[in-house]
Amino acid sequence: MSTVDGVDLRKRRFLTTTATVVGAVGIAFVLTPFIKSWSPSERAQAAGAPVEVDISKLETGALLTVEWRGKPVWLVRRTQQMLADLPALNGQLRDPQSEVESQQPAYARNINRSLKPELLVMVGICTHLGCSPAFRPDRAPADLGPDWKGGFFCPCHGSRFDLAGRVFKGVPAPANLVVPPYKILGDTRVLVGVDSEAA
Amino acid sequence: MANTQGTTGLRGWIDERFPLTQLWREHLGEYFAPPNFNFFYIFGVLSLVVLVNQLLTGIWLTMNYKPSAIEAFASVEYIMRDVNWGWLIRYMHSTGASAFFIVVYLHMFRGLLYGSYKKPRELVWLIGMLIFLCLMAESFFGYLLPWGQMSYWGAQVIISLFGAIPGIGEDLTLWIRGDYVVSDATLNRFFALHVVAVPIALLGLVVAHILALHHVGSNNPEGVEIKKYMNDKGQPIDGIPFHPYYTVKDLVGIIIFLFFFSIVVFFMPEMGGYFLEHPNFEPADPMKTPIHIAPVWYFTPYYAILRAVPDKLLGVIAMGGSIAVLFLLPWLDRCPVKSIRYRSFTWKVALTLFAISFLVLGYLGALPPSTGRTTVAQIFSVVYFGFFLAMPFYTKGEKTKPVPDRVVFTTVTVDNAGEAKSAVPFGEVDKARMTAK
Repeated sequence: MSTVDGVDLRKRRFLTTTATVVGAVGIAFVLTPFIKSWSPSERAQAAGAPVEVDISKLETGALLTVEWRGKPVWLVRRTQQMLADLPALNGQLRDPQSEVESQQPAYARNINRSLKPELLVMVGICTHLGCSPAFRPDRAPADLGPDWKGGFFCPCHGSRFDLAGRVFKGVPAPANLVVPPYKILGDTRVLVGVDSEAA
Repeated sequence: MANTQGTTGLRGWIDERFPLTQLWREHLGEYFAPPNFNFFYIFGVLSLVVLVNQLLTGIWLTMNYKPSAIEAFASVEYIMRDVNWGWLIRYMHSTGASAFFIVVYLHMFRGLLYGSYKKPRELVWLIGMLIFLCLMAESFFGYLLPWGQMSYWGAQVIISLFGAIPGIGEDLTLWIRGDYVVSDATLNRFFALHVVAVPIALLGLVVAHILALHHVGSNNPEGVEIKKYMNDKGQPIDGIPFHPYYTVKDLVGIIIFLFFFSIVVFFMPEMGGYFLEHPNFEPADPMKTPIHIAPVWYFTPYYAILRAVPDKLLGVIAMGGSIAVLFLLPWLDRCPVKSIRYRSFTWKVALTLFAISFLVLGYLGALPPSTGRTTVAQIFSVVYFGFFLAMPFYTKGEKTKPVPDRVVFTTVTVDNAGEAKSAVPFGEVDKARMTAK
């Protein structure tokens, strides 16, 4: 066999290889805590508690921002005109029927993307790169063009969304804005962060 | 005896135990460099000067900075207003960051001009590119630390870039941030990376960059190899020792650089919002994005490429690709001639177009997006990538001029017959004079 000067090279190679493999497994185990420690801590996970919002003072056509899990959550009481404009935009949108399931709970998968038609609840973070879009309810402003019927405009990269958070075609954002899980508690209170039963 | 240097006394004692004299000779006293370095060859040493500035001022800043979401912004204001000379140390650090990119971009452009990335210097280029990546990481991590509006939203946008990776993207961004949004956890780990991890990697790479360079020898504006002609001691005939020739020459360059550096530090540290962006004078507010987000000027070319692509994943790929393609440069360029002085008109046009596209993209990336600007950015993104991707084709069989065999100096002799010019290889200049006597 492969023996040189009384040394069994095969045996030596076997021992070197097995020692290397065992060592590599050991390194993989040692790396685990270093990698895992970057994941959100228990405290960060616990901080994602639901937020109760009083909407009694929210006027029609206005927007209220609250903080949930450190993110801005918008509540908008839309006007009848705003709701009436939504279906007409379908042809210009990427996902008009809210078919991407991750972007809203099942009970918000409708044309208004909401439980109550007029009350929009939405995470105010652009699905492109995480900026917070601006609320632009004005119709046909100079900077957004004559076809603008109100919506959200992201200042970072120019993504456009309608007043149901549905993304327009031809902008960098790939998906509709996210509707968080929420629950309506009577006429004046909304609980953001807890799912309601599908109506 | 381990001492092969023939030194005695204290130096001899050290040389028996540590290769002090050997290191000095190999890297300074007897490191032979081409004699024809020009202006562009100052930027390597200037980046070392800026690196030392960043390390020194950075260490001093950590003495008063508080890496916590609640205290960070106020601690930077404290450094600016209450710490003795804190304002100067911080402005030296923030100006140094921009200066770092200026000198490194010029250093890289020098490489493009004179073909310094070509065989046998491919590894010098690759290690240099790794240094460039570290530098970008370092400035990105550092930019979050003041915890201003631009710090916060800039980090939010850059981390979200990783979210475009299919499948693992969202989990990856969560892992990077350590929270559902950029938060105290993110700030703390960025601080650790900025002041410990990346600087260590950076220093190691800088040593490797210089070792690789000194192993193969420096290129020069003529693109000729001085190692082709060696004397009987194994030293390049046409080379001159780095010390004292280039140490003294570089000192002059360093002093001129420090004039400009001081002017910025003392009179225009914000540089009209390009070195220190205005929204960063407001504390971070996770509820409100500034109206216009732009990265610091040195990232704007890549940012313009990102915005030019109307698709999230493809945009991120294009942005990453615009940097990754630089790694391939030594293999994309098929022309054996190094220096632009002896290369074809086509190459000169291509390199000029590339430089223009880099500058235009950098300009556009700093401005808010608009339809017209996006179109222009798209055109110049194509030029940027075209320079690299078409390179194997337009450099293959390139029509070049004859490259001189050695670094040649023109000597002028004046006698009764008038002026006579003759081209003499650098290493023969003195001998030529002697025979003329």
